[in-house]
Amino acid sequence: MKAFQAIDAPAAPIAQPDFDTDQIIPSRYLQKLRDNDFGAFLFRDLRFRKDGTENPDFVINKPAYRQSRVLVAERNFACGSSREHAVWALHDYGIQAVIAPSFGDIFFANALKNGLLPIVLPHPAVADLLAAIETLPGSRIRVDLETQTVAAPDGTTHAFSIDPFSKYCLLNGIDELDYTLGHLDRIEEFEKRHDAPATARADRQ
Amino acid sequence: MFRFFRSLGYFKIKKMEMDTLHPQRTMFEKIWSRHQIMERDDGKVLLYVDKHWVHDISAAAFAILRQRHIAVHAPSRTFASPDHYIPTSSRNLADIADPEKRGMVDALRRDAASNGITLFGIDDPRQGIMHVLGPEQGVSLPGETIVCGDSHTSTHGALGALAFGIGATEVAHVLATQSIWQDKPKTMRITVNGALGEGVTAKDVILAIIARIGAAGAIGHAIEYAGPAIESLSMEGRLTLCNMSIEAGARAGMVAPDETTFAYVKGRPYVPGGEDWEHALADWRTLASDPGARFDREVTLDAGEIHPMMTWGTSPENALPITGRVPDPEKIAEPEKRAACERMLDYMGLTPGMPLTDIPVDRVFIGSCTNGRIEDLRSAAAIVKGKNVAAGVEAWVVPGSGLVKTQAEAEGLDRVFTAAGFQWRHAGCSMCLTTNGDMAAPGQHCASTTNRNFVGRQGSGVRTHLVSPIMAAAAALTGRFTDVRTLIGKAGRA
Repeated sequence: MKAFQAIDAPAAPIAQPDFDTDQIIPSRYLQKLRDNDFGAFLFRDLRFRKDGTENPDFVINKPAYRQSRVLVAERNFACGSSREHAVWALHDYGIQAVIAPSFGDIFFANALKNGLLPIVLPHPAVADLLAAIETLPGSRIRVDLETQTVAAPDGTTHAFSIDPFSKYCLLNGIDELDYTLGHLDRIEEFEKRHDAPATARADRQ
Repeated sequence: MFRFFRSLGYFKIKKMEMDTLHPQRTMFEKIWSRHQIMERDDGKVLLYVDKHWVHDISAAAFAILRQRHIAVHAPSRTFASPDHYIPTSSRNLADIADPEKRGMVDALRRDAASNGITLFGIDDPRQGIMHVLGPEQGVSLPGETIVCGDSHTSTHGALGALAFGIGATEVAHVLATQSIWQDKPKTMRITVNGALGEGVTAKDVILAIIARIGAAGAIGHAIEYAGPAIESLSMEGRLTLCNMSIEAGARAGMVAPDETTFAYVKGRPYVPGGEDWEHALADWRTLASDPGARFDREVTLDAGEIHPMMTWGTSPENALPITGRVPDPEKIAEPEKRAACERMLDYMGLTPGMPLTDIPVDRVFIGSCTNGRIEDLRSAAAIVKGKNVAAGVEAWVVPGSGLVKTQAEAEGLDRVFTAAGFQWRHAGCSMCLTTNGDMAAPGQHCASTTNRNFVGRQGSGVRTHLVSPIMAAAAALTGRFTDVRTLIGKAGRA
């Protein structure tokens, strides 16, 4: 995972509530291995028409939004499937942060583990950001993880919260697995006393 | 790297203490606390994972382990079955035409073999959808923590377990450490009072709940379903109920284990026997939420007000009683909601205000981790028996596991379905999400017993309507969405 850098980039609106992970990446790409460029599959059925040509009406195909590195979305963004491919698609396309009033739980966790910053802001703040980038397409939003702030195109800043561990991992490009492996002794100690008489073990068969 | 973390003194581990101020605990809190390995001072908890299911989209997670030369920590707690990519027309790997998809099934076989993981493979009569297989084999048990790289893992919570879906990186983390970092979710109790009417199933209950609280209604919460109507559900009904907790945004859904649970679990292949069974049973009896335990949120429904349900839109929250009409966007005040409704009606090809029973049906799908169990097939077969699928309708039954299929065949259900004109197929996820190529055609309306009616979920341009198995059966017979109670009346009790 690469270290997270501050962002100052155009933002694109995804102004639909409950925008599910099937829309972010259709299920027909789930058999692709991680070494593929998943950016090509992002919003596939919305970005492209049946004949494979670009749909000029879809938001990130419009010239002003093409260079977007931030998405501003509605309530319950990326609800649905646990597919981490949704995060890979956003990441590989170049999206570095998504701002929304709420997220699908599993997507939120997946994003943090792949250097994509999910930012929860109150609904009115998100509505203001959406209005700003829709009124003036191409407007830039700044995201600073160090100070935990989002700056709207007009300079208004919004503070956001993030758990310090995820912040540390993102800023340093470190993943959680290393940290946990450092505590394997604690896990093994737990296993010895884990009171689970009901635990069916395959080796009891 | 981990030494670096520790030497910096980052994220100290908190000493764990019992909450003596609130001795009455919820079932969630009991299960959570007994799996807590340690807690960081930022509040995140490392939870021990009792059971971990992997499937034919888990290859990415095994690849992470290989790259880093890490072994699977607890192979005996890890179980595997291919379900997403296997064909439902045969049991032959060679029948998967796409080499990448075939590769996913094959990768699971290799990853399971090289890591000593129990595999219910494509040629195993027990193969099935993980969320059907886990309870069926007695692998998933009350009081356990259960995870899988699949959002419908919430299903297993029906046993009185804490079960939730995770992403690929988390799957790798669980494989490597048998544990997972979690924020403690809030708790929500959904109480359903009263008794369910005729023709009203667990599927209708969960659709009514999601319609009430919304697709984002339970974000950050673990739900406990309670009340007389829930207690009266069979184990299989409870599995259907908990399956769709994720469609309300919940981390998990659960039902307190009771005599129904114990009777269901007893004697299944992976369940301990003899003295171990007695110990387990005594322990499971302590799991239910204590009287007076406090939940962060309470929601109450009256079972008597729940009718057979169906969805009309592209979110599971767009569910209405079959007696209802398609919403009229003109009557929606808020512009955003009106626009969303218009967008959905356009995709679904519906006219505002039309009765739901005027919506035609082209495809019928009975199956999935939501409704692919034996009781689902029995109830649908009771509606179908002696009748015919309407002209122009293509109807499928896809059992949730190989053993469900075998059982149904032993009871003659396959012949009831095929005599009526249904296709009787092999077990798998199939048309729920089309990964194996089973799908409907653009523009078709599909009466589906699955869990998601998202745009394109069952094929590009396909219009999915979520229903119960008996409602799907009724739709197959009449060629349009039909109040199943009108058929039960004619045929006697289903």
